[in-house]
Amino acid sequence: MGFKARLLALLAAGLAASLLAGCERPPIVTTQGGFRGNGMEQNINPRTEAVKVALNRAPEAAAPASPDGPKAGDIYKNVQVLGHLSVAEFSRNMAAITQWVAPQEGCAYCHNVLNFADESKYTKVVARRMLQMTQTLNSDWKQHNGATGVTCYTCHRGNPVPQQVWFKPGDRKYAANSLMGNLASQNIASTAVGLSSLPNDIFTPYLLDAKPIRVNGNEALRMTGAANNNASTKQAEFTYGLMIHFSNSLGVNCTHCHNAQAVQSWAISPPTRSTAWYGIRMVRAMNNDYIVPLTDTFPANRLGVKGDVAKVNCATCHQGVNKPLYGAAMAKDHPELLAAYKGGSLPAPLAEAMRAVMYFNTSSAALEGEQAKGMAQLVASMAANPAATVTISGYHSASGEVAANQELAKQRAIAVRDSLVAGGVATERVLLEKPVQAESNLAGEDPAARRVEVTVK
Amino acid sequence: MAQFQPLFSLENQNLLTAVQAVGPIHDGPALPAGDWRRSGKPFFFHLLGRIGNAQIGPIYLGGLGVASLVFGTLAFNIIGFNMLASVDWNPLQLLRQLFWLALEPPPPSYGLSIPPLADGGWWLVVGFLLTLSIILWWARTYRRARQMGMGTHVAWAFAAAIWLYLVCGFFRPIMMGSWSEAVPFGIFPHLDWVSAISLRYGNLFYNPFHALSIVFLYGSVLLFAMHGATILAVSRFGGEREIEQIVDRGTASERAALFWRWTMGFNASMESIHRWAWWFAVLTPLVGGIGILLTGTVVDNWYLWSQKHHVVPSYPAVWPVTVDPALLTSVKP
Repeated sequence: MGFKARLLALLAAGLAASLLAGCERPPIVTTQGGFRGNGMEQNINPRTEAVKVALNRAPEAAAPASPDGPKAGDIYKNVQVLGHLSVAEFSRNMAAITQWVAPQEGCAYCHNVLNFADESKYTKVVARRMLQMTQTLNSDWKQHNGATGVTCYTCHRGNPVPQQVWFKPGDRKYAANSLMGNLASQNIASTAVGLSSLPNDIFTPYLLDAKPIRVNGNEALRMTGAANNNASTKQAEFTYGLMIHFSNSLGVNCTHCHNAQAVQSWAISPPTRSTAWYGIRMVRAMNNDYIVPLTDTFPANRLGVKGDVAKVNCATCHQGVNKPLYGAAMAKDHPELLAAYKGGSLPAPLAEAMRAVMYFNTSSAALEGEQAKGMAQLVASMAANPAATVTISGYHSASGEVAANQELAKQRAIAVRDSLVAGGVATERVLLEKPVQAESNLAGEDPAARRVEVTVK
Repeated sequence: MAQFQPLFSLENQNLLTAVQAVGPIHDGPALPAGDWRRSGKPFFFHLLGRIGNAQIGPIYLGGLGVASLVFGTLAFNIIGFNMLASVDWNPLQLLRQLFWLALEPPPPSYGLSIPPLADGGWWLVVGFLLTLSIILWWARTYRRARQMGMGTHVAWAFAAAIWLYLVCGFFRPIMMGSWSEAVPFGIFPHLDWVSAISLRYGNLFYNPFHALSIVFLYGSVLLFAMHGATILAVSRFGGEREIEQIVDRGTASERAALFWRWTMGFNASMESIHRWAWWFAVLTPLVGGIGILLTGTVVDNWYLWSQKHHVVPSYPAVWPVTVDPALLTSVKP
């Protein structure tokens, strides 16, 4: 080989090396899941898997405590959730929580050590609500958690704030009123969607709100059948982003839950898809029923740039593993976390988010018939909860002029607001909010789109 | 039998131009009255001579070329400034995130109306400018071919690619009634669009025109490899002078033909192989464009469509049938 040829070979090798630099080093172990030849495979790299196994170990449980003796509720003051436990069981639980959540900070992280019954630390209020959440997760969400259940450690892993949480993204520096550079909620490298350029605020529409995730129809041809599917390709990108979050959070391929033949078909999907379906609803309930209502309890430094609380997504528990902590059944060693104690008088849950949807006729912003009755109920529930506030967002169909439609959506929201105010609800308790773009149907009339969404908090 | 030569010496594989015949620099034939002058003083570039012709220039720009470049540059800059604005005018972030950034078409709520510039309006402007630029460049390839007394095969092959471009960004969005269905201008974003449209419309794998397009695409690659390899393999007999061999079939041509006839019983001829290649290449975007045009406008779910037409094989079940939890009563919403 001449000098030039050697130089060329060297250049080629350098080029190949730089091209491969972004790749994962082999070996990749492929496991077949479905019928042969279907591509129903899971790819695992034993080297990276070994690292994950070391990071996802469940701690040893302490020896069980005796249920005998006086009850914690009788001995200590202000024990609202676990008062039915014996003092020994209660102490074991408190010690476990300290180890799971604040091993460095100790009891003082949540308690005023001079007076354990004191409520002055916000962490104590949050911890109590999280205890109730854990009990609900174990008793009401078996379709997702199975018999394995969860403990505080499933998410916290020795951190006061779980490491993988999400906040609403902040505003860009020059976004408002800018003539150029609309990101359209996507097109920027985002770890939320596995460094793809897919829509990156996928959590607000799906894990906080309940925007439609399904974009596939049940008809072969367009504009046929009863359920005409109007989802846009952009909407598919939002769903795709959410699915990438699933894949990343669980360390699995798409084929863990979906059949590569047709992602929408339940008949040919692995059963894991059903588990995931309940998981979405579970996370939504955790955020809306337990976490978001605690927003005002947290100090400002714990909130995101938008003043929102740190919220849960799939990664919060899973942390890159298909079954959190590789399926370690920690909860069975902590029976007090398996179900809420029904005997005692538990505190009323914090104000939970309540939703209502008002539908409108074509080109109309008037509340009629059933919708007017719904308004009466809404007014009544606002009167019953004097602390509650209501957020109103108006929507419109895609047919017709955009500017007129947007004005119509606004008028619909205003109609609901005026109706509330007329019913005696103070104006400052009613907020108007412009909806996010995620749920964007294609052109055409859609009765489900002509609506106002109302959230009571 | 040809004399056996050492197999793996780079020189003998004839992969690079070994000998560069360097003659006097030439401008090409005189252009007819009314044409522009060619621009640039021609020169030799040895390294480029290794993979092509060593003479660079002169280039004929012409009215069409200049107009095309002007509109193309405008489109390129509008995309670039939108990308720069989307990283808050930070040039380092522009470089870092270049592959992620995009100029996105308007959101679905605008349908086919004209949106504000900030909300997809720039996308429409760029779409118009870029299309104009491409069509002007197409006209240029047509005119230059005619000027050389050539056929217009290059122009029509280019037109096939323009067809697919227009289907994705213009014809299909209009038929769907929404600009939002079009492709964004961006490296990764346009790839995400490709995945998303397949996911939304029930897996393009089951779109027969998509399948045909892939046949022609992979077929083009196979034909290219077969033809390139055949000609290089007989270059020691003068096979590179293909055109002469068409007229005066020499030993190179005969050996190449015999090789394929012995290997697979049939051989393309020196002329017909180029027709094979041209049709395969042209049919790739042509049928692909038909497949995209039908997606969403006629067919909403290609998997279900294929199932209806008995093209989807059913495989033995390996797990119990999963029921859609949304259809079950007594579940949480």
